[in-house]
Amino acid sequence: MNTNRRGFLGGVSAAALVASSGAVAQKKYDEGASDAEIRIGHCCPYSGPASAYGVIGKLHQAFWKAVNDAGGINGRKVNFITLDDGYSPPKTVEVVRQLVEQEKVLLLYQTLGTPTNTAIHKYVNQKKVPHLYISTGASKWGDPKHFPWTMGFQPDYHTEGAIYAKHLLANNKDAKVGILMQNDDYGKDYVEGFKEGMGKEGSRIVKHVTYEITDPTVDSQVIQLKDSGANVFFNVSTPKFAAQAIRKAADIGWKPTQYLNNVSASVASVIKPAGFEASQGILTAAYLKDPTDKQWDESPDMKTWRAWMDKNMAGANQADANYVFAYCVSTLMLETLKRCGDTLTRENVMRQAAGFKKLELPLVLPGITINTSPTDYYPIQAVQLARFKAESWELFGDVMHAESS
Amino acid sequence: MPAFPKKWLIVLLVLGVVVPLLQPVLPNLVSDYRLFLVSTMMIAAIAVLGLNLLTGFNGQISLGHGAFYAVGAYIAAILMDQANFPYWATLPFAAVLCFIVGYLFGLPALKLEGHYLALATFALALAVPQILKYKWLEGLTGGVQGIVLNKPEVPFGLPLSEDQWLYYYCFIVMVFLYWAASNILKSRSGRAMMAIRDYHIAADTMGIDTALYKTVTFGISAAYTGIAGALSASAIAFVAPDSFNFFLSIKFLIGLVVGGVGSLAGSLIGGVFYVLVDNSAQALSTFVKNDLGLQFDLSAYTVFGILLIVLMYLMPMGIAGGVYALIRSFRRAAPVSPERSAPAATRKPAQAGESH
Repeated sequence: MNTNRRGFLGGVSAAALVASSGAVAQKKYDEGASDAEIRIGHCCPYSGPASAYGVIGKLHQAFWKAVNDAGGINGRKVNFITLDDGYSPPKTVEVVRQLVEQEKVLLLYQTLGTPTNTAIHKYVNQKKVPHLYISTGASKWGDPKHFPWTMGFQPDYHTEGAIYAKHLLANNKDAKVGILMQNDDYGKDYVEGFKEGMGKEGSRIVKHVTYEITDPTVDSQVIQLKDSGANVFFNVSTPKFAAQAIRKAADIGWKPTQYLNNVSASVASVIKPAGFEASQGILTAAYLKDPTDKQWDESPDMKTWRAWMDKNMAGANQADANYVFAYCVSTLMLETLKRCGDTLTRENVMRQAAGFKKLELPLVLPGITINTSPTDYYPIQAVQLARFKAESWELFGDVMHAESS
Repeated sequence: MPAFPKKWLIVLLVLGVVVPLLQPVLPNLVSDYRLFLVSTMMIAAIAVLGLNLLTGFNGQISLGHGAFYAVGAYIAAILMDQANFPYWATLPFAAVLCFIVGYLFGLPALKLEGHYLALATFALALAVPQILKYKWLEGLTGGVQGIVLNKPEVPFGLPLSEDQWLYYYCFIVMVFLYWAASNILKSRSGRAMMAIRDYHIAADTMGIDTALYKTVTFGISAAYTGIAGALSASAIAFVAPDSFNFFLSIKFLIGLVVGGVGSLAGSLIGGVFYVLVDNSAQALSTFVKNDLGLQFDLSAYTVFGILLIVLMYLMPMGIAGGVYALIRSFRRAAPVSPERSAPAATRKPAQAGESH
């Protein structure tokens, strides 16, 4: 485990706080924690149409097993209970109730999906169960005033969309934008953020086409975009469709400035299938290191991660960025629990989760840190723009913070 | 139809009323979570019953009952969300509207038989979640975000927990609907429905208006499933297009086939089965993986599939039919005075009546 200095300092100061409050030998537990174990609940789709996300859950399982093999957290083993919800909201309600009421977990983390988390949002807040670092990019999770027990993790789609719009307005005076959007909550969040960022220049969006996740291709949508005369292409699609769209644009000789959403920034699953030549100059916003991007091959955290993957998840496809994401979030959860020390109450878990100052996590881009507070429930809010050049992403400009939104 | 002995029915009803009240005595056994689980079973049982009326008793196959379930759920959710309806008042609206939708869908379905009908309903199941996202309806349906609702509150200041009340609410609705279904089936109309299933042309010749009966059955079946959907909207307190994907329809059909096609008790078993298997599939999968050392990831659908095949071998008439056959063979073995056996085993599989 690679400790970093700031994390260590934070841990010490948290320990000092606990000590100074006179609770030296006092161990405090809520349901789900004891001298021997900490129970953590999780659910994600291992089966059904969204089961591609199941790999995230599998990494979490391996992660907590590795933590336990190394001695656990402050002497306690983590009992990680993960259930399959098939990405179906009614099922999520059922399994989360099972986790909270039958399995009596201390906290829930990384529950996956926007509709699924919406279905349990009220419930977990009524029950006052920490609902941490959930796996969705919707913008509604950082609302500590109304939902003090729920916290997101990644930069939300809304913010990212707004960042593209700002970059566009600053660099292109006569932009005509064509948008390709997946017709669901994820797509809408991006486009709403983009429109907000465009402000009164919104009329520059000349064409807005959508596709369904069940569609075989997006060829006709790309042709429509070209015919609209757009010279900027905002590509809000998941990997398979993003690759198709980039390819199709090149095939029909459409050469707009392309903004590609971070969801599809993987070199292995998007850029390579689309073709390196067709992808030159594409812009995206990133916050994690892409495992298929050669420039990170020598960075120590990437090396640690690869070694960890070889040891704990032999045979897994290391080009899958979901593994990077899951590893990074699990590290944050581990850090949160470590900081809780012997006060494993639900309230303290939330207090620690909302008390990160400039924490560095492995596999996050240099310069991006975790910052939270009792009024700021967005752990990562910064991204950096990158342009595709030769065979990898080239970061440029400053790290952009979006605390304003 | 295997008759359900009356004394058993009474025992079950009494148990259904009394067990939730034992919560203070056995807090771990009768937990809120378990009551909630039983409520979802009852909701599934109503939906399966709806499908059974159509497939089991009228011989029309539907792969799209998830669509009616979704329509019922959305009608209830929209009424509660936009018009501030109390949750219980949404049921009649869901029933009536689903009846109309089902009736209208039943009209073109008259021209389609067997597999063709199955495919048409399949299309319906695929279309409904898309329609719910449609931008003209977004104002009502909330689009992909869905609608967040409140859970049913306990009325009259009864000393019950939310889940206990939800349980009784579903229980009352379910008992009423089963009672109604059993009365429909015992009536002249019920016999007409079954006659159409058994031999379409003969039924026609005897003067049964087959077109009318088939469309009305479609409507009633949709209404039942719609009521189940409306109940689920209250129970889950959230609806979204993702809740009603195509697998839902398949699960109803599996519940129906496993429970027993053409049996009321079978529908109840089917509902219980569908929730139980869904829940235990993962436990079974980890068991196979960790304890038996086999490197398989069994998804819930794999378990469904395997169980289905096994059951078709052991109990081709579903669990209800199988248990009934067991009891009969047991009675036959024991020396009992010759009693009039229930309408003998001429019950055909549903689709048999559909052939020309």
